[in-house]
Amino acid sequence: MLELRSVTAGYDRRAPVVREASLTLAPGQALGLLGPSGCGKSTLARVAALLHRPDAGTLLLDGTPVRRWRHRAPREQRTAFGVVFQQPRLAADPRLRLADLIAEPLRATGRRDQIPGRVTELAEATGLTPDLLTRRPHEVSDGQLQRACLARALVLRPRILVCDEMTAMLDASTTAALVAAVERYRRETGAALLAVGHDRTLLDRWCDRTLHWHEVARSRADAPT
Amino acid sequence: MADTTAGAVWRPHGTARRSTHTLRLRVSAALMGVTVLAVLLVPPLAQLDQQAVDLAAKLQPPTWAHPFGTDDVGRDLLLRCVYGLRVSLLVGVVAALTATVIGTAVGATAGALGGRTDRAVMRLVDAVASVPHLLLGVFIVAMFRPGVWPVVISVALTHWLSTARIVRAEILSLRSRPCIDAAVSGGASRWRVAVRHLLPGVLPQAGLAAVLMVPHAMWHESALSFLGLGLPTHTASLGTLIQTARGSLLAGDWWPTLFPGLFLVVPTLAVAGLAGVWRERINPRRRSELML
Repeated sequence: MLELRSVTAGYDRRAPVVREASLTLAPGQALGLLGPSGCGKSTLARVAALLHRPDAGTLLLDGTPVRRWRHRAPREQRTAFGVVFQQPRLAADPRLRLADLIAEPLRATGRRDQIPGRVTELAEATGLTPDLLTRRPHEVSDGQLQRACLARALVLRPRILVCDEMTAMLDASTTAALVAAVERYRRETGAALLAVGHDRTLLDRWCDRTLHWHEVARSRADAPT
Repeated sequence: MADTTAGAVWRPHGTARRSTHTLRLRVSAALMGVTVLAVLLVPPLAQLDQQAVDLAAKLQPPTWAHPFGTDDVGRDLLLRCVYGLRVSLLVGVVAALTATVIGTAVGATAGALGGRTDRAVMRLVDAVASVPHLLLGVFIVAMFRPGVWPVVISVALTHWLSTARIVRAEILSLRSRPCIDAAVSGGASRWRVAVRHLLPGVLPQAGLAAVLMVPHAMWHESALSFLGLGLPTHTASLGTLIQTARGSLLAGDWWPTLFPGLFLVVPTLAVAGLAGVWRERINPRRRSELML
């Protein structure tokens, strides 16, 4: 259960990007968040995944208020979220081969023994061939890299998936494959999903409920000047 | 008509630029190779004493017996220059490496931790940088007996600042990328993010800074020795050679200053050429002039 109450966040306190955003994500629920580009969806997604400290407001994870963000957040809270970013090129460390990219969270959390099994399993689930796993990010396409990024997000079996415009840069067949992989994972584990995007058709078909940005947060036009 | 326009558009990226690029690489590599070979091979192969004084042959212009001539007490200048280059290169390389390690550690700490630590560390860097570094270097050297290590310490302690700034700036730009967010979300500790994701990203820049610092450090060693503060006069270094030759230059004897000077300039240009090629390779967009 993830709950955001009146969250205000941004990169400059005087001009917040997200103003008083509130939303609730029940366990197992798939929630779509729709909004025009630049409205603050990605910032809100980063706050929800404990990657960006909000300027004001409360975030409740399973009913407990979260007080620490990024590295300061306890590891089990951080790893409860699996995050997939919009641009796989920027979200992948260019030095790591795809197999290492997927295994990195297991290494970081000291679960090296699970690496061979989980990497093979997830490569299969996301449609990556063994040949692709030995390549570096610059040797694969955006779609293939995004599959690896999705596999990395799933490798620690998160309870909540945050997909920030996961399919915005991809073609229809890769989009379908990635959405199918997410849905398969959710069916198996009962994980919740926060899917951020600007494609209403996709979000309507993918999610149980789709909220428009103006239902979630105050727009910048409403801001007192 | 259309053909000529197309030609004009496409030609600037043609072969001419690439060939000067390769030429610079080859010339620099050859000069560097000759320098390193001379430093490594001449002393053991020549079996001659660079300290051997021959007052009968003092201040001889270049001849076949002494290709670079002799100095004011008749020592062979070619041998003295090679030995001098050996000492100067040693000082340059060790000082540059030490400065780079200090600079990378400080810059990475400031950049990776951010916030108050970053501000405090960078103000300290600004404070140290506000003192002229030759003056600070002279001050540090003056605290010790003359020798190689005080010069190394002095150059290293005054030259880590630029590396710290470069590394911090690179780390700050890397830190805000989604791949770091992904690592944080994947449970990585601060240390792991720094060592696994941030430092490998800045190593090419730090390495380049280290290479460019080698000739700079050699010049500093020469400057300190020239001022009589660096190495003791009996130790041949390029700085001490130029300093002792100063008197004979006024008498019209050009060779005792020219050849050590060339030994300082040639490796500098070679290193600058190699570093320039390296810089263009790691970051083709940054074609600013080399900072020496």
